[in-house]
Amino acid sequence: MPVETDSNAKFLEYATPEVLVSTEWLAANLNTDGLVIVESDEDVLLYEVGHIAGAVKIDWHLDLNDPVQRDYIGAEAFQALMQRNGISRESTVVIYGDKSNWWAAYALWVFKLFGHPDVRLLDGGREKWIAEGREITRQVSPVNKSNYPLVSRDDSPIRAFRDDVLAHFGNPLIDVRSPQEYSGERTHMPDYPDEGALRGGHIPTAASVPWAKSAGELGVFRSRAELEAIYLGEAGLKAGDNVIAYCRIGERSSHTWFVLNYLLGFTGVRNYDGSWTEWGSLVGVPIAKGTAPGDLPVSK
Amino acid sequence: MPIQPLEDLIVDFNEIGVKDRLTLLLEYSDNLPELPSRYKDHPDLLERVEECQSPIYLFVEVDEANRVQLFFSAPPEAPTTRGFASILHEALNGQLASEVLGVDEDFANRIGLAEAVSPLRMRGMRAMLHRIKRQVREKAN
Repeated sequence: MPVETDSNAKFLEYATPEVLVSTEWLAANLNTDGLVIVESDEDVLLYEVGHIAGAVKIDWHLDLNDPVQRDYIGAEAFQALMQRNGISRESTVVIYGDKSNWWAAYALWVFKLFGHPDVRLLDGGREKWIAEGREITRQVSPVNKSNYPLVSRDDSPIRAFRDDVLAHFGNPLIDVRSPQEYSGERTHMPDYPDEGALRGGHIPTAASVPWAKSAGELGVFRSRAELEAIYLGEAGLKAGDNVIAYCRIGERSSHTWFVLNYLLGFTGVRNYDGSWTEWGSLVGVPIAKGTAPGDLPVSK
Repeated sequence: MPIQPLEDLIVDFNEIGVKDRLTLLLEYSDNLPELPSRYKDHPDLLERVEECQSPIYLFVEVDEANRVQLFFSAPPEAPTTRGFASILHEALNGQLASEVLGVDEDFANRIGLAEAVSPLRMRGMRAMLHRIKRQVREKAN
């Protein structure tokens, strides 16, 4: 039985209101049966500094990425991850994290690669919870291992590979990186380590919408009307569009994937996790530089 | 000459399990010494470590006896970065400039933290060590 959804009025405006919960809702449901709270942060120690009581930790480097191949974990590793964190296939999972839920959205997207039915984000994430003076603890609660079935990963509905991007030209692309990365002035985020790409710029025709535009004060998602002004207005998306979002390694763009898919109701939105660290180093693919989206590439 | 606090630290980290290494890193993070007021009031004197994901600043002093004093500033929301800074402080503060310059670049790999925090994240610590050495080189007598 999925845990009851949050009937917060702000969420009801979104295409899929049940994928969000508020801090008030979570505070009232901390001990609800069937609910597992997951913290997922950029900083690997932030959970240890203090987390919501009863929350488990899932780290994107250590838990979600394959340690050898550039890919996500496979079916067996996901099953083991769920089991050791006490998550069953029926569990309602609420994920929250730092930096406007950037990494939380990434974790949610990986849960969806395995089709976990009920995964939600805490609107505002860690920042809002703490700003409201709600309790955090360093105490790690014991977890009862769960049964979780072996479920194969199904990439195709929500994940795009480089060949999918090449075949996608003519449909909208959203580049969620910083303006400097988009223009090609730099190949990585300001103030962040360079994960390496041999060329700077963006995928031709991609619209630039830095991911954090969708988050307001305390990291909460902007209202439906504000989001429509950004993505339908400024970025020019139209209802029914088939969209691919990308960034540098696919984390910031999973946040935008969440917004387009669940909050604005676009269908078939895919996240290109190869993103700029792949595209910017691929031999022979077209690249546009500067602040303009650039022309549709003509096949050679 | 091996630096004793640094060698002790490597032993401390390696004789415990991977999970406990994270707990030990948290202890270091909690115990990063605060900046003295002469730097607190002059953030312009500090050097930003660009390679770290979170804002961290450092400053190196070399005294008349050629001993190195290290100062770091990193916010509580960046506990891993604070932990790295605190480890370097524990290992290198008060050591002779020549010894700090001789620290193996591979130090970050020898403390076994890569398994606990992921190898990619260790880049931040290597970058800090690199910048510390550069400042020591500039300031040593």
